[in-house]
Amino acid sequence: MTNQINWEFPQALEDEAIYILRETVAQFEKPVLLFSGGKDSITLVRLAQKAFYPGKIPFALLHVDTGHNFPETIAFRDWLVNSLGLDIIVRNVQDSIDQGKVQEETGKYASRNALQTVTLLDAIEEGKFDACIGGARRDEEKARAKERIFSVRDEFGQWNAKMQRPELFDILNGKINIGENVRVFPISNWTELDVWNYIVREKLEIPSIYFSHEREIIERDGLYWPYSPYLNTTADEVPYRQKVRFRTVGDMTCTAAVISEADKLEDIISEIMEAKISERGARIDDKRSEAAMEKRKQAGYF
Amino acid sequence: MEVLRIATSGSVDDGKSTLIGRLLYDTNSIPQDKMEALHAASKRKGLDFTDLSLLTDGLVAEREQGITIDVAHIYFSTPTRKYIIADTPGHIEYTRNMVTGASNAQVSLILIDARRGIVEQTHRHFFIANLLRIPYLVVCVNKMDLVEYSEARFNQIVEDFQQMLDNAGFKGQEVKFIPISSLYGENVASRTGAIDWYQGATLLEYLEEVSFDHEDRLHPSRFPIQSVIRPRTTEYHDFRGFAGKVASGHFSVGDEVISLPSGQKSRIKTIEQFEKQLTVAHARESVVITLEDEIDSSRGNMLVKTDEVPVQLKEVSANICWMDQQKLVSGKTYLLQHGVNRVKAKVQQIHYVTDVTNHLQNTEKTEMGLNDIGKISLKTAAPVFADAYQANPANGAFILIDEFNNTTVAVGFIE
Ligand SMILES: Nc1nc2c(ncn2[C@@H]2O[C@H](COP(=O)(O)OP(=O)(O)OP(=O)(O)O)[C@@H](O)[C@H]2O)c(=O)[nH]1
Ligand SMILES: [Mg+2]
Repeated sequence: MTNQINWEFPQALEDEAIYILRETVAQFEKPVLLFSGGKDSITLVRLAQKAFYPGKIPFALLHVDTGHNFPETIAFRDWLVNSLGLDIIVRNVQDSIDQGKVQEETGKYASRNALQTVTLLDAIEEGKFDACIGGARRDEEKARAKERIFSVRDEFGQWNAKMQRPELFDILNGKINIGENVRVFPISNWTELDVWNYIVREKLEIPSIYFSHEREIIERDGLYWPYSPYLNTTADEVPYRQKVRFRTVGDMTCTAAVISEADKLEDIISEIMEAKISERGARIDDKRSEAAMEKRKQAGYF
Repeated sequence: MEVLRIATSGSVDDGKSTLIGRLLYDTNSIPQDKMEALHAASKRKGLDFTDLSLLTDGLVAEREQGITIDVAHIYFSTPTRKYIIADTPGHIEYTRNMVTGASNAQVSLILIDARRGIVEQTHRHFFIANLLRIPYLVVCVNKMDLVEYSEARFNQIVEDFQQMLDNAGFKGQEVKFIPISSLYGENVASRTGAIDWYQGATLLEYLEEVSFDHEDRLHPSRFPIQSVIRPRTTEYHDFRGFAGKVASGHFSVGDEVISLPSGQKSRIKTIEQFEKQLTVAHARESVVITLEDEIDSSRGNMLVKTDEVPVQLKEVSANICWMDQQKLVSGKTYLLQHGVNRVKAKVQQIHYVTDVTNHLQNTEKTEMGLNDIGKISLKTAAPVFADAYQANPANGAFILIDEFNNTTVAVGFIE
């Protein structure tokens, strides 16, 4: 991390991402964009808009709603879908729980993060989606650093890290066997900072929780957790109000806040450049074990 | 901001991952929480130092064995440029992953263990870097701490490598030799003072100065069509645009173009990048091109300039690197994907398999196995509009796909 701010977004990254999105639509019968409401999936929507302009975005968005989202994220999702005239499919983790396919976790670390994989895989099967476009970036996490652009998953959504297809130059092989599907990562080569610089350049709207705001938080394990009805707290965890923002948007039960006064994009970027902690350092779900992400990916997690 | 793409190469344990870890560490590019995770993982492995190779060796199987299995992509930036580094495996079994990482690189870092010198994998990776025509090679003579930072040892390795270059290098290739210690950071991002006889650039200094050649902009202009955009809305009722990424050269509004394979001619009416109208599009830019006339073109076709028409090949002769467990079978039909165009292709002949160490061509072989490199000829069901890889890399490579299990089994470089 250098202290000198470089505001310029590397244009090569956008050209690459648009090329990947066009390949996806050309090579697959029914792609879908996995939309979380976070900055990376908002970036993907922008790229899709550009890739097919002046045509419409030729695929729907799929949102797996855990029921534990920040209300601001859901409000933003609905606004974006409306203002761009997008198609969206929403599937609820609550339904998978009600169907008895997954069980709610208990205890103070309970979250629905792992549960959403089942809802996602069901939605993929039901929608017959052969390609799921996602906003994962290789700089986020060490298992993600190993992922291909077109990443083949078996019938159970599993990623076989040791047997990935070679991927040469920009030649993308999207041919798959029956039952398999592909996860497509157009912004693989972007860093967190690239995404922010892109948001600035493109003047994109983002959910309000990325900006500094006051909210109730509790402290646990040295992290600031957003207080919500979904968080199981102990008696000594007393919520108090604090000015915070979120660097990444996941569930309210697995995303930690950072104390921040940054209420403009420029300030957010400066803050990130000076940050000593990585983006996923605020993801409680990654802290479960050394190989938490790799294990989740093997199980079909996004 | 410019993006520089780098890939590591060299034999198992020569220190590739450690070097990349070190480069990020010394440029303060590793966040505190990731650093803590590295300390903890090193401790769990019973090490009394922080093993920086764990930064890229992120898979459980890699950490257990202490080797790299698949490419890791890792990023850092300086005020001048953004770096994308592919840390590739040295083990011969995973050569296909090494090729994956190297295929997009402008700079190849070839590591050599100063104690062992040039070994078979050095030859192989050098050979692959040459096949790919990677313009910049940095030969990092690593683990200098284990040879007492000996200048004589370094010079010996440089001399040996020079011999390889004389035999197999290509014109325009730039080669730089740097004595380093990844473990102690000597000549990686800074000098530790351990070596006083080398006054040249550190690795980072070198990378910061590598000049960008936009040579692909000077190559013949090629525009492979990815898809046709036809909105059919009231506003854009008659809009018909060809979406694609310029593979090489450049296209300007008004240029006369030919669509292949139909041979129909037209002129470029507009070049569009979302709501922006451009006058010219250069290599690697994703755009939409509209033409003056209604001509019949679709995915897999190619727009070229009328004075730079490529030959249309139905017989392809190419160097290939075989990347599958199942052997290449002469007479078998595969799918050949050249850019975004796919055609059936039948293997006519295996001309030879190359012994990468001695640069000998074994013409006796009738099959090619995993990691073999050799020359074959193919007959395609429809013409491909390719250039020789040496003349125009962006339009000279292809992959072969096995039609039965859909996997990518080879990469080819057209002669
Ligand atoms: N003494 C010394 N040891 C080094 C140096 N560089 C790497 N090593 C050690 O060499 C071993 C192998 O290093 P890696 O970085 O994993 O090697 P690699 O080239 O990435 O290996 P593969 O990816 O499996 O091909 C480790 O034990 C390192 O600590 C060095 O400069 N000096
Ligand atoms: Mg390694």
